[in-house]
Amino acid sequence: MKKNFFIIAFFVFFIFPNNSSAYSSDPKQFITEIVNEAKKILVNTNSKEFKTKKLSEMAMKTVDIIGVAKYTLGSHRKKLNDDQTQEYFFLFEKYFLKVFTERLTDYSEPKIEVLSAEVTNPKYTIVKSLLLATDKKPEVKIDWRVYTKNPNKPLIRDLIIEGLSLARAEKEQFNSIINSNNGDITKLFVSLKEFINK
Amino acid sequence: MLRRFIYITTFAFLLQIGSAVAGSTGSESLKKSGSQSSAPECFEGVSRAIFSINHALDKVVFEPVAKGYRAIPHPIRKGTGNAVDNLRSLLTFSNNILQGNFSGAANTAGRFVINTTVGILGIFDPADNFFGLEDRGKEDFGQTIGYWGASSGCYFVLPILGPTTIRDSIGLVGNVFLDPVYQITHNTEVNAGIGNQSYSEHNYYYYRGTGAVDFRAKNIESFDTLEETSIDLYASVKSLYLQNRNKKIMNSQSSIETQDDSDWEEIDTN
Repeated sequence: MKKNFFIIAFFVFFIFPNNSSAYSSDPKQFITEIVNEAKKILVNTNSKEFKTKKLSEMAMKTVDIIGVAKYTLGSHRKKLNDDQTQEYFFLFEKYFLKVFTERLTDYSEPKIEVLSAEVTNPKYTIVKSLLLATDKKPEVKIDWRVYTKNPNKPLIRDLIIEGLSLARAEKEQFNSIINSNNGDITKLFVSLKEFINK
Repeated sequence: MLRRFIYITTFAFLLQIGSAVAGSTGSESLKKSGSQSSAPECFEGVSRAIFSINHALDKVVFEPVAKGYRAIPHPIRKGTGNAVDNLRSLLTFSNNILQGNFSGAANTAGRFVINTTVGILGIFDPADNFFGLEDRGKEDFGQTIGYWGASSGCYFVLPILGPTTIRDSIGLVGNVFLDPVYQITHNTEVNAGIGNQSYSEHNYYYYRGTGAVDFRAKNIESFDTLEETSIDLYASVKSLYLQNRNKKIMNSQSSIETQDDSDWEEIDTN
């Protein structure tokens, strides 16, 4: 009996994890679900710590963090050895989650409408959405670059806000730091650590 | 003397880009070029120093002013922003024409006439709300010469005015000649015709200053977040500036046109 209980528990928690939080494979529906989840997290009554924790969990499941990490490093990633690559991915994930949560926790109860989706090629779909205007902030167009190479598990790779790619802006920052230090990638690691510990 | 220098500089620049214009439409060549959202630095050290001074000035002067402006009731702010945008549309109209975008020019002119009259000096926007003439965005001379095919040239930062490129700084000079509001407020011959007392030069700077404060007030949180989440704020601002200019020159509202998938091509993770 006890053995059966453990087998069932194993299946429930490890084989079918987070069944309630499985996302749609349709890119537009996928983004709609993320937006709805974010709205619930970002209600005013939730503490900042709670919002940060939940948004981080959501990002880990829905964003292709490794893909963004590779993109952001540009051609410099080819110069990394295995240890540096592992260190970079570790630092980037922490950096990304901090940036992601800090950007979103500023929005309380955002009103976002998911409008349409356009397949640009078999690997990418752009999902268009609109952050509605408030008394203080104007309306903002937000497009989501969804990576669909695995059609059953879409992942976000970029947010394009009013036509401006955040991933590209990150890439320019990283390149600027590396180039202004004569191509020394470890200086980027130092900057990332400083930012994470800020 | 200064005016002659500006004429010569602008003319020389137009001659320089003439060959780029010939035989291709600017929009097409821009779409194919991957370099338009990046630009080399003219003098990075100096630009970073000016950027730091501008940033400090923003903290001490512009941001507090924008926050004060934010305290004004929303309908008044909205009306002010609309009125400034309405005047600014005259510069857009000139550039619509120079880009050969006659439907855009008709839209801009229609919006200006309706909003200036029915919309009470542009405070309201009946052109969009009742006549279906929606705002298609601002145009300036930097965008126009980019549309003609001029590349951005190198990037630098101007005191107070902020990020720019060689092309866009020449565009700033061109705007002076193309902006009817500038001409009316600065040109004595025009003033003599329509009343010198009402259209003095400082009115132009009030109008431009109000536009800047309105823009800053709409973006207080965005600027703060960018500052908090950047490990190199200078590089972040440069990237966003160049992306924004590229998007405007392409006259595109679509990310599919302005963003290049090839940047992501070789990154496969699943």
